[in-house]
Amino acid sequence: MKEGDIPMTRKLLGLLFAFTLVAAACGGSDDAEEAAATGDCAVGQTDGDLALYNWSEYMDPDLITAFEAEFGVSVTEDFYDSNEAMQPIVAAGGSGYDVIVPSDYMVSILIEEGSIMKLNKDAIPNLSNLASDFASGLPYDPDAEYSAPYQWGTTGIGVNLSVVGEDVPRTWGLIFDAELADQYAGQITLLNDPRETMGAALKYLGYSLNSTSEEELAEAQALVAEATERVAAYDSDQYDELVGSGQTVIGHGYSGNFLFQFLELDNPEDYTYFVPEEGGTRWIDNMAVVADAPHPCTAHTFINFLLDAENGAALTNWNLYASPNAAAEEFIDPEVLADPIVYPVDQSKLEEIADTGDFEINYSDAFNEAKG
Amino acid sequence: MTVVPELTEHERAHEAAESRRGFLMALPAYLYLIVFFAIPLAIVFVYSFATRSRTGGTDLSGWNLDSYGRLGEDIVTRVVFRSFGLAMTTTIICLLLAYPFAYFVATRRPAVRGLLLVGVMIPFWTNFLVRNYAWRVLLSNDGPVSQFTEAVGLGETQILFTQVAVVIGLVYGFLPFMILPLYASLERIDPRLIEASRDLYASSWASFRKVVLPLSRPGAIAGSILVFVPSFGAYVTPAILGGDKKPLLGSYIVSQFLTARNWPFGASLSSVLIIVMLSATLVYFRAGGRNL
Repeated sequence: MKEGDIPMTRKLLGLLFAFTLVAAACGGSDDAEEAAATGDCAVGQTDGDLALYNWSEYMDPDLITAFEAEFGVSVTEDFYDSNEAMQPIVAAGGSGYDVIVPSDYMVSILIEEGSIMKLNKDAIPNLSNLASDFASGLPYDPDAEYSAPYQWGTTGIGVNLSVVGEDVPRTWGLIFDAELADQYAGQITLLNDPRETMGAALKYLGYSLNSTSEEELAEAQALVAEATERVAAYDSDQYDELVGSGQTVIGHGYSGNFLFQFLELDNPEDYTYFVPEEGGTRWIDNMAVVADAPHPCTAHTFINFLLDAENGAALTNWNLYASPNAAAEEFIDPEVLADPIVYPVDQSKLEEIADTGDFEINYSDAFNEAKG
Repeated sequence: MTVVPELTEHERAHEAAESRRGFLMALPAYLYLIVFFAIPLAIVFVYSFATRSRTGGTDLSGWNLDSYGRLGEDIVTRVVFRSFGLAMTTTIICLLLAYPFAYFVATRRPAVRGLLLVGVMIPFWTNFLVRNYAWRVLLSNDGPVSQFTEAVGLGETQILFTQVAVVIGLVYGFLPFMILPLYASLERIDPRLIEASRDLYASSWASFRKVVLPLSRPGAIAGSILVFVPSFGAYVTPAILGGDKKPLLGSYIVSQFLTARNWPFGASLSSVLIIVMLSATLVYFRAGGRNL
């Protein structure tokens, strides 16, 4: 390096440091500061094109086309593969997204951080279509001020019946009980998600999947550690294809994904999905409007559109997840409505994952420890 | 020792002007590096002193070293040693495979060389992620490898979701990074030096050991670093081909960001990793340079 360069380099470093502080300060998520403004919109009002941020393979493209045609706006849809990947983007502000589809526990986090706005219920008359147990009283948004349910489903086990047999015991023991599970060693996948997998072990032990007891979590950790020896993979993306292709026999995953996969196979009757008798996760995905949404009125109109009875039914008929929309039921394919995979018969032992605050670190640590 | 000649006033002014012009020409590259490399990296560093909020946000008020305190935990040590072992294995296998190949390429006619080098680079035309999924198909229990072993009576092979699959995937993915620098240094060796050594009655092995090997060391060092560094933090290949069972550095850091939502701890792990790798690389380069 030549001597003359040094001051320039120093200047650059100083500049860099200043930039960093500014950038870091901007990135910090200040709660409540962007206090949720109510979208002051009329029913069916639009204020520009819609930017939707959603899970992949979750939205019927025909519904998007119908919305565009009816309201004369265009819709761009981007995708995320986990709540945790979506949240920082929205929380940082200026994401440009209008509507997001967070799951239950993430709604409570987004509310607490001021990342989503209060809904203007007057602009969403179709909220009345929601079944009563979805219309309010949900633990993550008790007064349904910030979110409207989109679809719901369960987390359980998908199996290859031609290997495990028709009368396979419907228990988490297929994964956690050595006597039952050892015969499937190397042919089991578990979700690569601490809350879901530790939750399954907690359920097997008879505890709540939202347990914040260190003793209970330690017991669950020991179970998962033992199961790791017979697990082929921790996989949250391809567990359904792996069961379908014969690479694995037992998969831990989400109801609709398994059903979707099984229906694409030549012999769907050889596969099934169930929530084990000990219970499992029920999750609810919700529509919410980003606090700094550029087009809040289009966002409200879009939510109202999806809560329409026929549109809600179209969504379920397409993605095979259960609808929170009571009015939609008469338009849902009767086969789907009667399918216990989509609508489990016994819902008494299902639990929603709730944010446990600082204890989330314990879950993540226990999961990493259990893996080794 | 080089002797710096005295410069006249005029020459010095000229030199300064040259330097300024050089700086201006490099400005776009500087800006690019600052905006897309230095600032993000500095943000990672700043975040490592912050605190996780109750909701998993990052609280920047009140700097502390708590996240660095956690680096001493047993699991971190385990994860680091496991990743180090994997990266070493990958680097050594790559070196053993790449050296003969690079030597072979460097000793061909120019036309053949070009063709072989294009062959080395062809995999880059396909996305890395896609190639990893392709390996999943190849190694699965009804894939071609398994079908072959079954056909010859060895039974079904279970490679997918094992450590072997991870090593195969990493070696496959990073081999070109070893071949190219090795080729570059082997190709530059003056063949007359080898002839000279043979004239002085060196056996072909001695001539290789005393002439070719030392002269190709810079390539081997550059290649080893290019393979070791990404293998050490590898995330995609162990997840897709290994089933993410035993946590490695990459997946451990990702889990801090995406599941624990503990950005400060993830940032402190990343910062230390960067600093250690950077220092180790410098030491390695210096050591290599002295031994030339």
